[in-house]
Amino acid sequence: MATKLPKTDIVLVGVGWVGGIIAAELTKKGYKVVGIERGKERSTEDYFMAHDELRYADRKEMMQDLSKETLTFRHNTTQRALPYREWGSFLIGEGTGGSGEHWNGQTFRFLPYDFEIYSETVKRYGKGKIPKGMMLQDWGITYKELEPYFDKFDAMTGIGGEPNPLPGSPQVKYPNPPMLETPVTALFKSATKDLGYHPYHMPSNNLTQPYTNPDGIARSACQYCGFCERFGCEYGAKASPVVTVLPVAKETGNFEVRPHCVVRKVLHTNGKATGVLYVDTRTGEEFIQEADVVVVSAYQMNNIKLLLNSQLGRPYDPVTGTGVIGRNYAYQTYLGTAVGFFDKDFNMYAGAGALGAQIDDFNGDFFDHTDLDFLHGATIHITQLGDRPIANNHVPPNVPSWGKEFKDASVQNANRALIIKAQGASLPWQDNYIDQDPTYKDAFGDPLLRMTFNWKDQDRQLMKFMGEKCAEIMKQMGAKEVKMTGDEIGDYDIRNYQSTHNTGGVIMGADPETSALNSYLQMWDCENVFVPGASAFAQNSGYNPTNTVGALAYRAAEGIEKYLKTGGSLV
Amino acid sequence: MTEKPKNYSRRDFLKTTGIATGALIGGGLIGGLVGLNVDKDDQHVSDTGNTNHEMGTNGGFQFFQNQREFNVISNATERIFPKDDIGPGAIDLGVPYFIDRQLAGQYGSNTKEYMQGPFAVGAKTQGYQSRLTRASIFRQGIAVLDEEANKRFEKGFSSIEAEQMDEILTAFQNDEIPMTGVTSAFFFRLLRTATLEGAYADPMYGGNRNMDGWKMKEFPGHQMSYINVIDKEKFQKIAPQPLGGM
Ligand SMILES: Cc1cc2nc3c(=O)[nH]c(=O)nc-3n(C[C@H](O)[C@H](O)[C@H](O)COP(=O)(O)OP(=O)(O)OC[C@H]3O[C@@H](n4cnc5c(N)ncnc54)[C@H](O)[C@@H]3O)c2cc1C
Ligand code: SF4
Repeated sequence: MATKLPKTDIVLVGVGWVGGIIAAELTKKGYKVVGIERGKERSTEDYFMAHDELRYADRKEMMQDLSKETLTFRHNTTQRALPYREWGSFLIGEGTGGSGEHWNGQTFRFLPYDFEIYSETVKRYGKGKIPKGMMLQDWGITYKELEPYFDKFDAMTGIGGEPNPLPGSPQVKYPNPPMLETPVTALFKSATKDLGYHPYHMPSNNLTQPYTNPDGIARSACQYCGFCERFGCEYGAKASPVVTVLPVAKETGNFEVRPHCVVRKVLHTNGKATGVLYVDTRTGEEFIQEADVVVVSAYQMNNIKLLLNSQLGRPYDPVTGTGVIGRNYAYQTYLGTAVGFFDKDFNMYAGAGALGAQIDDFNGDFFDHTDLDFLHGATIHITQLGDRPIANNHVPPNVPSWGKEFKDASVQNANRALIIKAQGASLPWQDNYIDQDPTYKDAFGDPLLRMTFNWKDQDRQLMKFMGEKCAEIMKQMGAKEVKMTGDEIGDYDIRNYQSTHNTGGVIMGADPETSALNSYLQMWDCENVFVPGASAFAQNSGYNPTNTVGALAYRAAEGIEKYLKTGGSLV
Repeated sequence: MTEKPKNYSRRDFLKTTGIATGALIGGGLIGGLVGLNVDKDDQHVSDTGNTNHEMGTNGGFQFFQNQREFNVISNATERIFPKDDIGPGAIDLGVPYFIDRQLAGQYGSNTKEYMQGPFAVGAKTQGYQSRLTRASIFRQGIAVLDEEANKRFEKGFSSIEAEQMDEILTAFQNDEIPMTGVTSAFFFRLLRTATLEGAYADPMYGGNRNMDGWKMKEFPGHQMSYINVIDKEKFQKIAPQPLGGM
């Protein structure tokens, strides 16, 4: 029998970016918050000896332990779903701070177009432009409404950036200047300008100067150490929950984190949650933490799992396209690239997680899609993250993947290969979805999630178009040889890292028939459960998710406070 | 300078065992003959052989059971990442030792992977589906490399010529060699990745000896800051630094 613990105001399932923001906002207001976290407690001290590519980047030191829990995957309903046994296409963090500790910090707002994608598409091109099976829908909130929450996230984290020069793009005033210009970003900018595009520095959450945020948290500037993505930051310069929102929540005395504890279920009766059931993995003991509000903040994928396992919300049915939990799973259409080989050396070993330049000319609806066979688009960027030697072995076309020729070419090009990538939007389809796996179980015997996902012609055409743009820019930059990808995309391949930008599954919207959450991230079917996270995205854009995730978390925090005061549905 | 520790060179060993210097035994590698710190000049048995790198056993084995297994992995990794005029290959970098250590630990026993059944063969794009751990896959892979060499050339893998090794490795890569519970292409992928890891991981893991992997790529290893480097037009050469100190 599970031990019942005294009731708290708010219980969080997971203490990453979303959990941290909710904790800080509500503890500041005097509410008691308990954060249940499956991993360990992390601190900056843990990152002092972390410039170790093998341990962190290859062996995935900071990621969720897959031996305990993973998901299964298949391309379509006729294929047998099999477990994602080792890390590949995406990585999910564990421990306080979650994936927010080892992210890059490339921090973009989604576009006004993204939040109203269905209406905008119909308005400009007519209903006929939306192919059969594509589940485009509006988010039930507009960019304008979200703007103040974006501003909050930007100020809390201290984003460094410059205005996007593209006509018609939202003009954001960032609290800090952009990252340094490097020979690599300068070359990209001059080439894209020559081609008539609108380059700018990528907005970065690697602090560009010492900064004190509105909560009084002071942090130092990024040192461009080159061990950023998949690593914690030894300077606290990369915005992460551990160096921003979590200390603020703790300082209030109203926040308690319970590490090494895994939530299995949200408990509920008659349309209201009573709390959560969790296991302390050090003892195997089960506890019930009762609360007035339950926040599911366990990362996109785990959010879906929690709700399905708790029988909360109506599971999605891909045959009829009805139901909501597991609906509109999307990813990042990110395989259009061009590698360029140069005659000169760049300082590629140096870099930062969000150091880069890009153009948005081919993202969203900034370009005319009338004669194109895909919707939405991609941002096209060059980054300088720090090319570590195990992962970076670029060789020109027709060089084999091992042996003397490979060795010589990969060594010679270690500081001479640049990559341009197109980060593409991934749109929702009736048959790309998440449900419970009928066969495989996690460490507690609960069903794993099952992902059914594949690229569509939409993705393939988008990646081909963007790959060609990348190659065009790379040639303009003066590469002596260019290797392009994006024109031969087959099935989604879960083996190779692409991005940890999984979205959808518990989406927000204006209509309870087609969405799980209202615009406060409050569940339509259970008024005291809030589910902020990329799981709320109705589709994925050509940007990294976390700025939008952060804005939604601030929005949810406001909603929770309202709910605690007035009760009932907020919309 | 302090006195150099005694290094047992290959030549010393060969002298004492009565094997003539320069002889190539079986056309392949002779393992277990020399110490870890071989004299640089003395590294080669012969300049005409193709696979003439030294392999010491003084490092000891944590995973490999015998010299034969170690020699097979040494030769295979050397073909993937061979010594040439731009720098050392897998053997001189200590890659076989690196792999030995990795297979003896978490990586080899798949402690962080989901290893529950049922197991089934899936599409390649569904990833790792073997019930075997990486350690078992390597052990079997080594045995099959040897078997295949015997089948094709009537000699063990370590005794065949470099081109013959390449032929067999290519057949593994192309999934043409039957293995049990795993495909040869999967084993090859593991082997290739582990070789690159051993060439370039921090030297505390046993590979990337003398940081020579990093030196080839002009990678500075563990540095605290590049803020004074990042915007420089010219390439900035920085002496590499390991995590543990050398
Ligand atoms: C390598 C990498 C690079 C990235 N780079 C970028 C980038 O440049 N820009 C960008 O915008 N985004 C990036 N992201 C994505 C970003 O990290 C996520 O969007 C963000 O962290 C999501 O916040 P979250 O709170 O939803 O989840 P997380 O921050 O992951 O937090 C979830 C927490 O919940 C815990 N948890 C999960 N299940 C349970 C359970 N059952 N019980 C208890 N606790 C549980 C987890 O341990 C974790 O601590 C990157 C991600 C990765 C992995
Ligand atoms: S690159 Fe900058 S932000 Fe990233 S870990 Fe290094 S110092 Fe920190």
